[in-house]
Amino acid sequence: MKKTLGERLFDYGNILFLVLLSIVTLYPLLYILIASVSDPAYVAQARGIMLLPKNFTLDAYNMVFKNPMIITSYLNTLFYVVVGTTLNIVLTSLGAYALSRKNVLWKNFIMFMIVFTMFFEGGLIPLYLLVSELNMIDTRWALILPTAVSAFNLIIMRTAFQGIPDSLEESARIDGANDFTILFKIILPLSLPVVAVMVLFYGVYHWNSWFHAMIFLQNRELFPVQLILREILIANDTSSMTTGVSAVDAMPIGETVKYATIVVATLPILCLYPFLQKYFVKGVMIGGIKG
Amino acid sequence: MAKVEKEIIAGSIKQKSSFGDRVTNFKNKAVKDFKRNKLIYLMISPVVLYYIIFQYGPMYGLQIAFKDYSPALGFHGSPWVGFEHFKDFFNSFYFGRLLKNTILLSFYSLIFAFPAGIILALLLNEVRGRVFKRTVQTVTYMPHFVSLVVIVGILYDFTARDGVINYILVSLFGIEPIAFMRESEWFRTLYIGSDIWQNVGWSSIIFLAAMSGIDPSLYEAAKMDGAGRFKQMIHVTLPGIMPTVVILLILLIGKFMTVGDEKILLMYNPTTYDTADVIGTYVYRKGILESDFSYSAAVGLFKAIIAFTLLVIANGIARKAGDTKLW
Repeated sequence: MKKTLGERLFDYGNILFLVLLSIVTLYPLLYILIASVSDPAYVAQARGIMLLPKNFTLDAYNMVFKNPMIITSYLNTLFYVVVGTTLNIVLTSLGAYALSRKNVLWKNFIMFMIVFTMFFEGGLIPLYLLVSELNMIDTRWALILPTAVSAFNLIIMRTAFQGIPDSLEESARIDGANDFTILFKIILPLSLPVVAVMVLFYGVYHWNSWFHAMIFLQNRELFPVQLILREILIANDTSSMTTGVSAVDAMPIGETVKYATIVVATLPILCLYPFLQKYFVKGVMIGGIKG
Repeated sequence: MAKVEKEIIAGSIKQKSSFGDRVTNFKNKAVKDFKRNKLIYLMISPVVLYYIIFQYGPMYGLQIAFKDYSPALGFHGSPWVGFEHFKDFFNSFYFGRLLKNTILLSFYSLIFAFPAGIILALLLNEVRGRVFKRTVQTVTYMPHFVSLVVIVGILYDFTARDGVINYILVSLFGIEPIAFMRESEWFRTLYIGSDIWQNVGWSSIIFLAAMSGIDPSLYEAAKMDGAGRFKQMIHVTLPGIMPTVVILLILLIGKFMTVGDEKILLMYNPTTYDTADVIGTYVYRKGILESDFSYSAAVGLFKAIIAFTLLVIANGIARKAGDTKLW
């Protein structure tokens, strides 16, 4: 079909706009990556405008990986991500399976109880008092148990499980399979895309979260990396990073170390999500609308 | 004779559904259900336990909003004070400011950030090149996965007096550098702007998915009627995603009182409290930093009740207006 002049103009304008949007989106992230491998003195002068690394150096990364505080917090984050996400996935798939069954008397009541918490919650202060009543302040549990299940994710997973044909399950049941076998041998293997999306959603949550750590933890040995990043980026306290450097050099080096820490704390997730992109479009769709 | 029989039968049916019978009936059903679904209930028990402890536990703990809670006396030992804390809050200097800031931030994200996702989805939908479309999508999704700490860190960096934004403004317009993060009149712009920057791509996903579900024959019919691409967008695509838009709007209104507290905590400082301080951040300062538990729980409860009411109203309106609704 022939395009009118107006349509052609729209197409060019549209593409130009989307290219500009992509550049605006990408530039700040790219800048951090470039600055983190550049000469600190140069970065200080560049005033935020850099397109290529200048005097390529990995010094900043060397300092990051030698800094005991960053290493400890990074390991803590890995712990929270792995243990937290595992618990999330186990509980969410058990719950989603149970709530996707037919002929379960209390199903609708439990579902209502869960969905209700999406619209009304006790709030920050009662949660804080509960966690301290349970003696979980300053323990790793405080970052794992209070967020063990997300209602939103549970609904996404339940909807995915409901889409699996009953016939598969029935033939397994005739062969004597119980609900656990059906969940782990039939339902989950057939739902790997949605499980992957759940791992991504929960994993990103644990990886990026800092607020619960800030209110529940005092012991710096338990801090996740985001909380350390907050000190460096927001409170602008780079003192913990530049030990052993003369005061004159400390400022610009602190800047590049700051960028290197951001890269180390952000890159793993940014490398992961493009592989799951086609799945989470579906995941967001079924959970968001039909939930 | 037949009549009498009928009456007896009718009577026995009536009797069958008497209260006592219904209870026994339900008991039998429950016992049978439990026997059949033993494993199902075993599976869901940790989830139910989680919800009872960590979601309904705090709701039960909300009673401290009506008490003078002190940790020494505990939940049950602390004396009741009724609506004292609510009165204090309504009469405080902060009440008006917090309400205004919370509502304005929500309102601005409703009129700026929410349509941004729809517009991006409409533009992406018009792109014919698959690779180009996918690349733009991958790039614009990216900031969604970056932590708020880093996003706000970048914001500090770029809006600093010697940062890139001031550099551009100064060299283009020759103005004095602006300390954006310390000026309260800039806070809302920075908050909404960075929110759009971070999430516009992500929020377009759901609309794109809705667009891909539109029946292609509708476009064919529109073409036959002589509709150009722009008219198709207005008359086919937009109506096609309307149910999605309405549901998301309802959800957004339900979150009207819960603006991004965590992001504001990272962004604000005493010089910008004027425009930046919202109910959520105030609860944090009063409750966690100053340990004024009962008062801050009352403020939090006030927020939750308003939010819930708004959600019910929005859902009611949507239900009246069309057949889209949450429940």
